Amino acid sequence: MTTRTLQFNIYRYDPDQDKKPWMQDIAVEVDSTDRKLLDALVKLKAKDDAIAFRRSCREGVCGSDAMNINGKNGLACLTDLSVFPAGKPIVLRPLPGLPVIRDLIVDMTQFFKQYHSITPYLINNEPPPERERLQSPEDREELDGLYECILCGCCSTACPSFWWNPDKFVGPAGLLAAYRFIADTRDQATSARLDNLEDPYRLFRCHTIMNCVDACPRGLNPTLAIGKIKAMLVQRAI
Amino acid sequence: MKYSVSVRKFDAVIVGAGGAGLRAAIQLSESGYKAAVLTKVFPTRSHTVAAQGGVAASLGNSEEDHWHWHMYDTVKGSDWLGDQDAIEFMCKKANECVIELEHYGMPFDRTDSGRIYQRPFGGHMSNFGEKPVRRSCAAADRTGHAMLHAMYQRNVKANTQFFIEWMALDLIRDSEGEVLGVTAMDMETGEIVAFHAKATIFATGGGGRIYYSSTNAFINTGDGLGIAARAGIPLEDMEFWQFHPTGVAGAGVLITEGVRGEGGILLNAQGERFMERYAPNAKDLASRDVVSRAMTTEINEGRGCGPNKDFVLLDISHLDPATIMKRLPGIREIAIQFAGVDCIKEPIPVVPTAHYQMGGIPTNYSGQVVVPGRRSQNEIVPGFYAAGECACASVHGANRLGTNSLLDLLVFGKSAGESAVDQLKQSPKAHKEMPQGEIDRALTRIDRLNNQKDGASVHETQLEMRRTMQKHAGVFRFADLLTQGVDKILQVRENVQRTEIKDKSAVFNTARVEALELDNLIEVAVATMVSAEARKESRGARLWYKECNRLDYKSVKLTPLTVETIELKTRAY
Amino acid sequence: MLNRVVVGAHYGLKDWLAQRITALVMMLYTLFIAVAVLGGVHDFESWRGLMAHGFVRFFSFLFIVSLCWHAWIGVRDIWMDYIKPVGIRLALHSLTALALVGYAGWAIQVIWRL
Repeated sequence: MTTRTLQFNIYRYDPDQDKKPWMQDIAVEVDSTDRKLLDALVKLKAKDDAIAFRRSCREGVCGSDAMNINGKNGLACLTDLSVFPAGKPIVLRPLPGLPVIRDLIVDMTQFFKQYHSITPYLINNEPPPERERLQSPEDREELDGLYECILCGCCSTACPSFWWNPDKFVGPAGLLAAYRFIADTRDQATSARLDNLEDPYRLFRCHTIMNCVDACPRGLNPTLAIGKIKAMLVQRAI
Repeated sequence: MKYSVSVRKFDAVIVGAGGAGLRAAIQLSESGYKAAVLTKVFPTRSHTVAAQGGVAASLGNSEEDHWHWHMYDTVKGSDWLGDQDAIEFMCKKANECVIELEHYGMPFDRTDSGRIYQRPFGGHMSNFGEKPVRRSCAAADRTGHAMLHAMYQRNVKANTQFFIEWMALDLIRDSEGEVLGVTAMDMETGEIVAFHAKATIFATGGGGRIYYSSTNAFINTGDGLGIAARAGIPLEDMEFWQFHPTGVAGAGVLITEGVRGEGGILLNAQGERFMERYAPNAKDLASRDVVSRAMTTEINEGRGCGPNKDFVLLDISHLDPATIMKRLPGIREIAIQFAGVDCIKEPIPVVPTAHYQMGGIPTNYSGQVVVPGRRSQNEIVPGFYAAGECACASVHGANRLGTNSLLDLLVFGKSAGESAVDQLKQSPKAHKEMPQGEIDRALTRIDRLNNQKDGASVHETQLEMRRTMQKHAGVFRFADLLTQGVDKILQVRENVQRTEIKDKSAVFNTARVEALELDNLIEVAVATMVSAEARKESRGARLWYKECNRLDYKSVKLTPLTVETIELKTRAY
Repeated sequence: MLNRVVVGAHYGLKDWLAQRITALVMMLYTLFIAVAVLGGVHDFESWRGLMAHGFVRFFSFLFIVSLCWHAWIGVRDIWMDYIKPVGIRLALHSLTALALVGYAGWAIQVIWRL
């Protein structure tokens, strides 16, 4: 089996041991069965069990292993090892803009706080019918590209507006979720949802930088959803 | 090393925030009880998120269907090892539970008339096994994701209290056997807390990581099973593991049976649709054990594909690309990402891959944990409930029907929650006193790990365990391999008892978490190997090679709740 | 003051919309000037001739108001992003507003003096 050696340059910080963060140079042998960055990380951890990162499904649906890979946010389990140029170390850092708990693990409290702030659940105050609420296939299609979000945080932590105002700006992930409910024909709280977002910080910190679109490992487009929210606000106001 | 363990009191503690845990939590929170939900990962990262094809319910949105037919299919799928009372209960409750999900906001695909879209699936037949029926309610090929998010969102609405990135360590039981909660570790700080509860619900998922090649996530380490086993609760039906026919060769990532439901077919190296030989009626949509066994036979007999002839092909290139993009978009992504093929044009290389644990913590259909005791075979353990893959209400028997896993976690998550609510309503007494010795049990394990010198590597030990399980307890089971397997896995267990970690930090110590997970995994592995060796028959997903007889014994509950018993038959699709 | 994150000011839409409309005005004006320059407006006299039209004066006035309005929103957003203490931020907001009003007045004066 052919093996090759990968060089890594990894952000390390354990508040229990380290006074300040440092970058670790470490190499690991991978073979042809190791396709993804996560495979290499698992081998790295076998070498140095103190390297801390989150991971779970290893197929890009749980959103655990988001990190900053050579300067770009992405999921380790969906990043091909073959894309890394030989001879250059792979630089791994935690997602930017959030407090680091340890190594590649960030504190996502702020990110989830924003998600929770948009009332992320269906609101329909009519008594539920005995059967399903009807929805046409066309109406259901409106939710495509919205409900698939895995809450990995790649988008929001790539967004400068979120870096400056993580406490006030909902961020691309939260706004995508907000529009997911606005777009759902079964939801009855559209006005309240729009009220909730009409704020110079919560929604209008989005300056269409589109880093979120670039960062999303699921290929979703939060900027488009944000644009639709703004269009609805205009529609409501005039 | 000294530890100070603080105690926190709740009405109920739920361990695990996957589908079953979240469903149980909804029940408790909406009934106004104070429940703590402990989870190793943020709830939407639980492995339910990876379920693809659908959830079974006889809604009959596209053609006539009936819960009784669903029950028949489930019993037949289980090779008559499932408890028919529990199966009846589940199939009857299916519609109600799926409709509830829709009301929670789950974005199901829709039929033209606006109802929930249903697709055919392996082993789903109408009129007691006559012809395939569309029963699997789906949200594209992301049903688990849509479901898990919808249930998490409902919990946000119900204000459920989550303890995220907390790992349960051990059960707390008093001298009478009543369960009083769990000890758990905050992964971020290493702090250990005793969660004192009147009702404890386990929804910790399966232990699929005992196998080398598995569709399961890293977190599927059978924590609830390890914890229960250490607390003296026997595990049921652990020899039955489902090998999903279509895991991506090499990567192990799941390709849903929905692919075959939408028209995909399996091909061997000669380009033959070989399932026609093994299951003339259901063909590629026979139940999973049948398909996996057929695939393995093809590979063993030299008709596998690729340079090593070690996989077969799953072909959907004859389908309309628009259908693939609409109904199976996630599959296309997975094929490109993990198999390097675009399934619109090329077939996907697949192999049977360890997927689902049919056995688990024994429960009745109300989600109450039962153990063999002095008075009966099914004595209730007071205060203890389990649901989902970690539990064995015994609806899957020897082989689970596709889409019955999501249904299991909905129905039994809810019924475990309801049972806990009933218990809390009926006995509003104060918390019982907690025995200190039980808390110390978890501390001893942590302490051992912190002070172990010259021990075994966690990584090497888990690899050894996974390789042993893969080799000795795979799709086909051989008597001699199993006998050796038992010795081998017991040796591995000795190493597990002396694992050593280099990382001693208190802060987010993932090395420690992995070592503690291995403590749980090995319990699952040993239980699997020992019971596989002990069962001398072929049944469902667990097959003695070339000795295909089934022992029709009577320990199974064959009496349903209201309908007549589905009589034993030879299984053919 | 109570140190709590408060949002829900219920404005922002008008600003966002204004930014887009003013941008449109500025774009049209820029095109208009570009056409004028290409069409031979280059020395003081020809500029003066152009500006003598009432329409051009009005269009220039609209441009300046748009520019200032646009700049007000943009600069205010920068202060909102980077300046956290409320007192300093309010002072900067006021200075920005005064400066922009001043610039606008001055520019209008210049146009009508032509």
